[in-house]
This record gives sequence, C-alpha cells and structure tokens, in this order.
Amino acid sequence: MTEERRTVVRTQNVKKLYHMGNVEVHALRGVNVEIFAGEYLSIMGPSGSGKSTFFNMVGGLDKPSEGKVYIDEVDVAQLDAYELAWLRCRKIGYIFQSFNLIPVMTALENVTLPMVFAGLTSDEARDKGMELLKKVGLAERHSHKPYELSGGQQQRVAVARALANDPAVVLADEPTANLDLRTGTEIIELLRAMNETSGVTVISATHDHKMLSVSDRVVWVKDGRVDHIANRQELQIEITKVAGE
Amino acid sequence: MVAQPHRLAGGREITLPFSKAVEISISNLKIRFGRSLITTSGVILAIAFLMSVWSSNAIVEELRAANKSEINLLLQKNGIDTGLTDAGHASAEAAARMREEKSKQTWLITLSLLVCVVGIANAMLMSVTERFREIGTMKCLGALDSFIVRLFLLESTFQGSAGTAVGIVIGFLLTLFLALLDYGTYVFRYFPTAGILRSALAALVVGTLLSLVGAMLPAYRAAKMEPVAAMRSDT
Repeated sequence: MTEERRTVVRTQNVKKLYHMGNVEVHALRGVNVEIFAGEYLSIMGPSGSGKSTFFNMVGGLDKPSEGKVYIDEVDVAQLDAYELAWLRCRKIGYIFQSFNLIPVMTALENVTLPMVFAGLTSDEARDKGMELLKKVGLAERHSHKPYELSGGQQQRVAVARALANDPAVVLADEPTANLDLRTGTEIIELLRAMNETSGVTVISATHDHKMLSVSDRVVWVKDGRVDHIANRQELQIEITKVAGE
Repeated sequence: MVAQPHRLAGGREITLPFSKAVEISISNLKIRFGRSLITTSGVILAIAFLMSVWSSNAIVEELRAANKSEINLLLQKNGIDTGLTDAGHASAEAAARMREEKSKQTWLITLSLLVCVVGIANAMLMSVTERFREIGTMKCLGALDSFIVRLFLLESTFQGSAGTAVGIVIGFLLTLFLALLDYGTYVFRYFPTAGILRSALAALVVGTLLSLVGAMLPAYRAAKMEPVAAMRSDT
C-alpha cells in the first residue's frame, strides 16, 4: 500500500440501533467503508438515510451498536472519555452547518482555542492562528467577534479552527447549508484548497451537489446502507444524472 | 494493529490553563450582562438582608455593652432589652422574647438564602440549556468534562462574589442609616468595627459558597452534554 492510500478511517460492519419508545430504528444496517488519507470524500443521502449517524460515527461523536470504527487505526469504542477528547482535539477538525463559533471570542481566539487545549503557549497559538486566518483570507479581521462577521466569513474562521491542530481528518457537516450559492462555493473551494495543500482528509456530509465536483469519492447512503460509492471518474456521469432527475 | 492514542500522541495532554478559563468566563458574563444582572440581583438582595441583620445586631450589641443610661433609654424605646430592668422576672421575659426574635431571624435568613440558591441554579440551568451548541462545540474541540465544569463554576462564582460585595455594601449602608435615625451619633461613638468586618467577611464567604453550590448541578449537566449536540441544527 502506498503512502497516499493510507487508511485514516475504517468502518467494519457498523450497525446502529435506536430505541424510540417501543420502536426500534435501524439507523445503520452494516456499513463498511474505508477512507484514505488525503482524500476529499462526500457522504450524500436524503435525510433519514442514516447519513448523519454514519457521519457522527466517523467523527468519533457516536459509538456503533455493533461493528467497529477505526480512526487512525484506533478503535473508537475502546477509548475512554479522556482519550476521546484527545482524539477530537488533535486528530479531528469539525466544521458545522451553523458555524458554531464561540460567540464571546474573537476570530483569532476561536481559532486558537483548540491549540490552547492542546497545550500550546499563547505566543505559539497566536502566531499559528494568524497564519491560519491568513490562509482563509481573514487575517485583518482577527479581532472581530463572530456577530461582526458574515456567514461566509464565520465559516472561514471555522475552517481555520478545524485545521488548528493539524488534524488527520476534517469533518464538515453540511458546511454550505446556511450559506448562499456563491459563498457556499467559496467554502467548498477553500476546503478543497486546504485538502490539496496540507493533505488533510476532508469528509463532508452534504445535500449540496456543488460538493460533488470537488470530491474524490462520494458515498451514497440509503436506508442505513452504503448504496454505492462513486469515484472521480464516475462522478461526471452522476452529476449529469442528478441534474436530469 | 490497534495503537493507543497516547502512544500516537506528541506526548502533550489536554489542558485549559486557569487564566484562560477565567478570561472565558468573564467574557461570558460580559456578553450576557443583562441576564447576569438579574441573577446577581437575587444574590444582592439575599446578602443585603443577611448583612443588615448581622450588622444591626452588631451595632445594638455594641450600644448595649456601652451601658450608658441615655443610650439604654433609646434602646428601650426601640423595644430592645437592655438587661437593666429593675424586676428580675421582666428581664427573663425579655430574654425569652429576644431568643424567639433570634430564631425568627435565623429562619428568615435561611429562607432567603435558600431562595437565592434556587434562583442561581435556575438561571444557570437556563444558561446551560441555551448554550448547548457552544458546549457541544467546545467538546468537539477537545474540551474535557472538567473544563466545562470549571467554566460554569467560575462564571457563577464571579457573578456571586460580585453580587455579594454589592449586597454587603447595600445591607450595611441601609442598616447604618436606620441606626443613625434611631440612635443618632452614638452609633459612631460606639461603632462595632470588628463586628461589622467579621460580618462582611462571613457574608462574602456565604454568598460565594451559595453561588458555587447553586451552579453545581447545572455545571454537571453541562459537562455531561454530548459533543454531538453541536451538530443540532434546530433553534
């Protein structure tokens, strides 16, 4: 296996069962997916398909009822609370649909918070934070609070924050859902650029078909199973098909 | 191969320096200043009451100890037993009355402090529920449960001790004013400095502890919140 095909996330027959009152809901019915380092992967599927559940599993936010999830070859189910926090802090960067910047902190403080958790000194954190803000094109707005920034700018700060501790994986949950078409495209392109320059793996859950064109692979989830996985070559055809639907 | 994360780690753990926690909780209070003020006013009122009871007791004690006939006259006019009544049985009756008065006071103080704790707990619980996304996000960024607990306890303690300080001043000034009306400048001549300072210190401890106790359950609730809460898109 070559370096670029190193596996970062692997799921093994992952099942998830919810109990809603007396009703059993099979959110996932056995999912096997391997995600490689440096790839840009999109998870697509209608709401209720198990997409979110799968996404949360991959991000170490939820544990499977059955099966295994490995992140960087570590079995997530084996981790205690401290190790999970460690994993989230250093190995995974999260980007949310609603941006989720900490409202009382400036853009720079938001970006440096994960670094503070990771034990960087405030000088180191500030330098690195400014560097990241520069990369997302917001260096001059570093002292602005989230409410002083537009949605697109907030999401840029969130992208910088996700990259704070040089994670292995960036997880983006519908990152464009609260943005208009143009800003959404900008965020997608930014994520793609980060993915290409720093080699970070990007996994995003989305309905957004704009995402398809930049993805290396797309996993389609349907009824708690992987319906099919399309890679780059096949994607062009998919897009035409989707557009035709 | 299943590696343990600390073996993969650069060796460093996860931390939240105390100074940073202080900074975050203070800015949290600032941004919700109006709400903090309402919560704090509960503390202010309870502590002002406590302080006024304690300091008026101290003032009266000091005046009684002075044992001057003109002061005793004023004290008796205000219904306070000076311990100098001529008939022994009358004095016993007065002592019993004072004991009853004291226990009523204690009861009132306890009640007001309890109401205050419940108020703090309620306000903090609301704040926790409201900030589910922020808490979830922090956990996604690697915050441990203990970070969240620390932030909420600090926030409540700052709020509580600020409110307590204000309450102490208000309670004392109010009592002083009333005592001046009743006893005139004798109050200054026999001013119980040590007693007032002791009461103020005790009130500060009580107020701060109350805020800490009131915030415990909410802080625990916040810490137990799942990081996936950050993903919720409603509200």
